[in-house]
Amino acid sequence: MTFNFDAGYLPQLASGLVVTLEVTSCCIAIGIVLGILLALGRVYGGRFISVPCSIYIHFFRGTPLLVQLFIVYFGLPNWGIRLSAFESGILALGLNTAAYQAEYFRGAIQAVKAGQMVAARSLGLTRLQAIRHVIIPQALRLVIPPWSNELILMLKYSSIVFSIALYDLMGVGKRIASRHFNYFEVFIVLALMYLVLVLLITLGLRWVERRLRVPGLGTAGRGA
Amino acid sequence: MGRAMDPLLRVEDIHKRYGTEEVLRGVSFHLDRGQTKVVIGPSGTGKSTLLRCINRLTEPDRGQVWLEDVEVTAPRVKINEIRSQIGFVFQDFNLFTHLTALDNVRLGLVKVKRLGKKEATARAMEELTRVGLKDKANAYPAHLSGGQQQRVSIARALAMDPKLILFDEPTSALDPELIGEVLNVMAQLAEEGMTMIVVTHEMGFARSVADEIVFMEHGVIVEQGPPEKLFRSPEVARTGEFLRKISELYGAEG
Ligand SMILES: Nc1ncnc2c1ncn2[C@@H]1O[C@H](COP(=O)(O)OP(=O)(O)O)[C@@H](O)[C@H]1O
Ligand SMILES: [Mg+2]
Repeated sequence: MTFNFDAGYLPQLASGLVVTLEVTSCCIAIGIVLGILLALGRVYGGRFISVPCSIYIHFFRGTPLLVQLFIVYFGLPNWGIRLSAFESGILALGLNTAAYQAEYFRGAIQAVKAGQMVAARSLGLTRLQAIRHVIIPQALRLVIPPWSNELILMLKYSSIVFSIALYDLMGVGKRIASRHFNYFEVFIVLALMYLVLVLLITLGLRWVERRLRVPGLGTAGRGA
Repeated sequence: MGRAMDPLLRVEDIHKRYGTEEVLRGVSFHLDRGQTKVVIGPSGTGKSTLLRCINRLTEPDRGQVWLEDVEVTAPRVKINEIRSQIGFVFQDFNLFTHLTALDNVRLGLVKVKRLGKKEATARAMEELTRVGLKDKANAYPAHLSGGQQQRVSIARALAMDPKLILFDEPTSALDPELIGEVLNVMAQLAEEGMTMIVVTHEMGFARSVADEIVFMEHGVIVEQGPPEKLFRSPEVARTGEFLRKISELYGAEG
């Protein structure tokens, strides 16, 4: 048996890798910002803020990512909103991951002990200052483990953008394989590439978590 | 009458209910500059609620609180500015978990009082020294004993230069051998002229430090007066009964 794989594919795969990393990091960035806002809205917003946030979260968690992607890419042009494949990809994935990240952030915010907010307010900090200087720094440390899973999921799910003709890793792999009929070899290599990325992300985030660790905060912390 | 003669704090007819439960049913008292009032009473009587109503961590339903000539309970008052003038020490310390002792003390100085970092650090170190924890400045709360954590939280309150400090059972969460170090710091503050309200069961402390003891039950003040009077010849039988019970439990020796 031969392993039908040509080193000549590598430049193409490299460009696909770049697209995958771009899509993943852009959608994750959208997701962090929007996710934190949604979580704050759910926890601290009055009914008029928290209910819309909940509806958003339930919508994006309750419908398939592929459906969301097609609505953005094929559906929005009907309303005069024409986005490139890349923009559609990061928008759909970003809006989707925001909903999941919001739930992780909310859990972390609610895991910060109630006395922390009260103590901050007793010093004269405004609610916003207390959220910014006391609640968020603790919540962000608590959220790292579940959030790492979301980042890894998004790296893998980003592969669905091949379906809107984006040449990410998956798109490039499919193009090569359909040209040379070596699906097995190409997708094995692709799988290994994803695996290596996941490992690197896992190690990187563990390092970040260790760097930011504070005693008494989070499951890995000591004491308290 | 000059302003210095007016009480520092006036609490007038405070009411608070949670659902159908009337927790505070009209509480009034005055507190002069430099005075220490100890509040005692059975658990669930509304002592914590009363303290929290004073700086509006809890909103009273009715009644007024005056800090000097400012009505704390007025609708459009700058409540954050007022809170920065009233220290609060909690039963479970509530130190900011993610900050070192020094940063715990510095946070209010930097964010509320807008001090520069250098000035805030100097001020914070001064207060940590005052509570005997200069060498723990860079320790995180999780690495401090309960007594040390409570002393840091007292330093955090002191750093704001408060007009008065409210203590809500500051030693109730502590192991017995750690209670003394916290009470000593508080006694020293009283000595130095700090104005304080202290909810506590420590009768030794009450007897030796308090100018007045307030006995609360079921959301009202049953009796208040100088410690010797309340211990020797209370006017209400229930006061004597409670004091005897609590002294047996916690000891009346200072
Ligand atoms: N946030 C709250 N919501 C509902 N009930 C409360 C709340 N805070 C206090 N209470 C009730 O008010 C009563 C008085 O509480 P508290 O002021 O803590 O008493 P104390 O400090 O004297 O033990 C208790 O019955 C308590 O259950
Ligand atoms: Mg209490």
